[in-house]
Amino acid sequence: MTRIDLSTPLSHEVLMLRAGDHVTLSGTVYTARDEAHLRMREEGIPFDPHGAAIYHCGPVIHEGKIIAAGPTTSARMNALSGFLLEQGVRALIGKGGMSRQVADQMKGRAVYLAFTGGCAALAASRMTLRRVFFEDLGMAEAVYEIDLDHLPLVVGIDAAGNDLFEGVNRNAQARFKKRFSLSREAVP
Amino acid sequence: MIPSPDDALCAALTRATCRALEQAEIFLPPDVVRALEAARDRETSGIARGEIENILSNIRMAESLRVPICQDTGVPVIYLTLPPGIPLSGTLLDAVAEGVRLATRTIPLRPNVVDPLTRKNTGDNTGPGMPAVHVRHGERLTVTALPKGAGAENMSRVAMMLPTDTGNVARFVAETMLIAGGKPCPPVVLGVGIGGTFDGAAAAAKEALLDPIDTMTEYERGLLDAVNDLCIGPMGLGGKTTALAVKVKGAGCHTASLPVAVNVQCWACRRATVEVEW
Repeated sequence: MTRIDLSTPLSHEVLMLRAGDHVTLSGTVYTARDEAHLRMREEGIPFDPHGAAIYHCGPVIHEGKIIAAGPTTSARMNALSGFLLEQGVRALIGKGGMSRQVADQMKGRAVYLAFTGGCAALAASRMTLRRVFFEDLGMAEAVYEIDLDHLPLVVGIDAAGNDLFEGVNRNAQARFKKRFSLSREAVP
Repeated sequence: MIPSPDDALCAALTRATCRALEQAEIFLPPDVVRALEAARDRETSGIARGEIENILSNIRMAESLRVPICQDTGVPVIYLTLPPGIPLSGTLLDAVAEGVRLATRTIPLRPNVVDPLTRKNTGDNTGPGMPAVHVRHGERLTVTALPKGAGAENMSRVAMMLPTDTGNVARFVAETMLIAGGKPCPPVVLGVGIGGTFDGAAAAAKEALLDPIDTMTEYERGLLDAVNDLCIGPMGLGGKTTALAVKVKGAGCHTASLPVAVNVQCWACRRATVEVEW
C-alpha cells in the first residue's frame, strides 16, 4: 500500500489526490466541532485559514496533554463548512463523510480526509498540543492548534467531487432494494 | 466514629464502579478483539483492511499507554447485580454515581453529560438519571460498565411493527444500518430487542450488547448476513464487515404488538464487570 505524505500548509498538491488514496498528514491542524464553527463564522477564524487543515474532533485534554483525539461525525458540520473553504482551508478531516453540497464546495479547492473513527489513542500518539482558542466553549468544543506527525488518512472526497462514501451508500441502497424487494416496509 | 459496614460497602461500590469504567474504557474485551482480527483477515479491499489495522493498532496503543480507546468516553450505563441480603437503596445508587465522578477525574473521561435542553455540562458525567443504572438480582454483588458513545447511540431505532410482520425484522435491522452508513463507526455490534413493551425492547437491545459476540444463534446469524450484505464496510468506506455480530434479546409482548429495537454499538464494544469486595 503506497502512502502519499502531505504536510501543512497545504497547497495545489491536494488537487492531485484521488478518492481512495492513502495519505499521511504532518504539520498543523485545528480541531473544530459544531460550536467552534458557529463561533468562527460569527467572530472570524482565529488562525490563518490559508492552506489549513480542520480536524472534526473534540479531544480529551489532561494537564496540557492530548490523551485521546479521534474524529467526530463530520456530517454535523455539513452546513457550517462553506466559509472555511472560501477562506482557503484545503482539508477537512473527520469520519463518516460529508454532504454533496460540501463535496461541491470543495471542488478545485480542497479534500475530505477520513480518519478511522474511534482511533483516539492512535491519533493522540501522533499529536502535540500547541495552543487553544475559544477555551470557554469547553473541552470538547474548543479549537486546539495541534502539531501532527504522519496521521494515516484516506481521501474520502477528492477535489474533483468523487466521493467514496456516496458510492458505498448508493451500492448499499441498491443491495437493500434487491434483497428486500418482495417484503413490505418494516415500519408501516 | 467507627464506619458502619454500609459505609464500607458504599466505598467499595464506588471503587468498583470506577474500576469497571476504567477497564471498559481502556481494554476492549478479548471476544471483540478476536472478531476484529477475523474481520481484517476476511477483508480483501486495501481500504477496509487499512481501517481495521488502524483500529487494532489503536487498541494496542490504548492498552500500552493506559488511555481511553476512544475520545468519546460515552455516557455511563451501569448494570448492578445485587445478591440476596443487599437491598437496593438510594445510598447504593449515590455510591455508583460517586464512582462515575471518581472515574471522570482519574482516568480521565471527557465530561459528556449535559442538560438536554440548556445543554449545560455538569462537568462530572452525572446528572438527573445519569449514570443510567439498571439493577438485577444475582448471586454476587457486581457492577458492569457499558460506556455508550453518541455516534452509534444516535443511529439506534425503535419500531412498533405489525404483529403479522415477524418475517420483516431483518429488514428493519438492515434498514437501520442503511440509514446509519458510516456514521456509527462500523464494523458495529447490533443489540436487537424483540418484544416486551416500547421501552422494554430498547432496554433489551442495550442489554444484548453485554453478551459475548463469539457465539450467535442461527437467527442472529441471519440478521448479521442481512446487514453485511449491504457492504457498507469499516467506517462506511466499503467492505465485507459492516457488523461484527448481532445479538438478540427477547421478551413476551402483547398479542397486538411487535416492538423491535436496534441499539447500534460502534466497534469499541466496551464492557467490563467488576465484583465488589468489601
